[in-house]
Amino acid sequence: MAIEKPYGILARFQDPGTLLKAAESIRDAGYKNFDCHSPFPIHGMDQAMGLKRSPLGWIVGATAFCGGSAALGLQWWTHAIEYPIVISGKPFFSFQAFVLVTFAMAVLGGAVAATFGMLFLNRLPRYHNHLFFSKQFETTSDDCFFISIDANDKNFKDHQSKEFLESIGGYDVELIVES
Amino acid sequence: MSSSTEHIEEPLIKGNPSFGKITSVISRISEKKAPRMWYVAISITSSLAALMFVSIGYLVWEGVGIWGLNNPVGWGWAIINFVFWVGIGHAGTLISAILFLLRQKWRTSINRFAEAMTLFAVMCALVFPGIHVGRIWIAYYMFPLPNQMDMWPNFRSPLLWDVFAVGTYFTVSLMFWYVGLIPDLATLRDRATTKLRKFVLGILAVGWHGGNRQWKHYELAYLILAGISTPLVLSVHSVVSTDFAVSIVPGWHTTIFPPYFVAGAIFSGFAMVMTLSIIVRKLFALEDYITLRHLERINKIMLLTGMMVGYAYSIEFFIAWYSGNIYEAFTFINRATGPYAWGYWIMITCNVVVPQMFWFKKLRNSIPVMFVISILINVGMWFERFVIVVSSLANDFLPAAWDYYSPTFWDISTFVGSFGLFLTLFLLFIRFAPIIAMSEVKGVLPEADPHHHAQDHDHKEPNDGH
Repeated sequence: MAIEKPYGILARFQDPGTLLKAAESIRDAGYKNFDCHSPFPIHGMDQAMGLKRSPLGWIVGATAFCGGSAALGLQWWTHAIEYPIVISGKPFFSFQAFVLVTFAMAVLGGAVAATFGMLFLNRLPRYHNHLFFSKQFETTSDDCFFISIDANDKNFKDHQSKEFLESIGGYDVELIVES
Repeated sequence: MSSSTEHIEEPLIKGNPSFGKITSVISRISEKKAPRMWYVAISITSSLAALMFVSIGYLVWEGVGIWGLNNPVGWGWAIINFVFWVGIGHAGTLISAILFLLRQKWRTSINRFAEAMTLFAVMCALVFPGIHVGRIWIAYYMFPLPNQMDMWPNFRSPLLWDVFAVGTYFTVSLMFWYVGLIPDLATLRDRATTKLRKFVLGILAVGWHGGNRQWKHYELAYLILAGISTPLVLSVHSVVSTDFAVSIVPGWHTTIFPPYFVAGAIFSGFAMVMTLSIIVRKLFALEDYITLRHLERINKIMLLTGMMVGYAYSIEFFIAWYSGNIYEAFTFINRATGPYAWGYWIMITCNVVVPQMFWFKKLRNSIPVMFVISILINVGMWFERFVIVVSSLANDFLPAAWDYYSPTFWDISTFVGSFGLFLTLFLLFIRFAPIIAMSEVKGVLPEADPHHHAQDHDHKEPNDGH
């Protein structure tokens, strides 16, 4: 059997506590391209992995601002420029009457940005992921905790990484190859 | 709702299940064959939904004349039903967004189907103004679309605000619900045994692998969605109330309407959540997940919002007298003693008197009592909208213009049919989707805390509220 180049390495951990400690060790060992998989988000994991805060807030803020501005602009253009009709003697442009639609469109823009921005930052949607080649990985959405190190991490070396993961409490260590 | 830590509270999820147990209990509901009762139920509800579509078909063919509308009462059951269904939707967003921001962990057991309930209720709500416009085929005039007539909608009208508010509300609720579903769909995908299930769920789960790099963006997205849904949900029913409050009809033209409508919406929505959760937990044996403690808290919220509604009723009456406006004063006396007094007193009984039973701990913890009360509250809330819409229009300024309103068969069939649509969608949801947010429930277990194993292993620490 030819030895294929693995996509990465996968190790199982006992519980959220050991996963968190292991993440710290891997971060301190200089790995960059690794991930900790769990059925639910674990508090403090971003720090343990040395991750920066998600930039999603900026995306949402900018889109919400654009949504609101576009809505206000549309209402102003409709009532003051394109189709000015006097209704109950009210001025053509009055921001008070236009607050609600502006607000609703800002919220809509923000929500769309939050949803699709999250997917974009996660490089989703996708049907397959090389981690799915591992049979045991299916349990990560159930009750198991895993750490995966990607093969293109500059510190990655099959055997060394395997021993390292075992030394910090990982078991069922598995090289991910196409199956 | 924050509880004192003086006494040891029982855990949120009973029976101390493991992560794996939660997965299998919740997933199995959608994996095994549906119980026979489900088929019986869905055949009844889908027949009712078909009745609604027949009624709508006849309406489109014949026009709104088939309804009981008459000259003073141009807004009848359709608007009542619209406000009723939008109101019910509010509890779902309140549970998923506001209680999330307030770190109320007990929401995790009920948020998924409360959100689904929101979506389905808003769908039912959107039907009514849509078919009330008369010429349905030009309903797109409500949107600001360029057209050859160079016509634009009137953005100063609350009715147009409604289009934007409710449309946004539906879209945002849908995205919020779907984002919440992604990790659970991944769980179902990973458990799938057939090729078809694996394929379909593989697409629906968008490639989720539960890595912290995904959770990082996911959690922020969820927080942001909760944050922007909170002002949205408060604004939606406020906008609905401006449909009335901006007019000069006595009984409608009041500044208390926005908060009063929002409180009523939360009140009726929680009542619907209660009705559905009692049925769901019984049907699928989820008593350990939706515990009495959850239900008791819903009851407390209903008691609170019920009293807010009761306060609004009394302050309306007071202001009607205090304003010195004879039309306003007459409208309110007429509501309590006039031709629609029966509706008014049904409303008062169901919304103000009946919820007072929840002051007693024993009644608050009795399933049959809360089931009956939750249904009575929704009856009462429907009558609240009936009283507001019909009594103000039927007897307004000039007695010569008054008329008595009663519904026709088609009013009733459309409304009953909308329940069919709502329940059909809900039954499909509980059959095919994870009805409890598994990843969130796992996250509130004591074992989910990474520092848990440093401490003792008896799950006695209060794990709720701060």
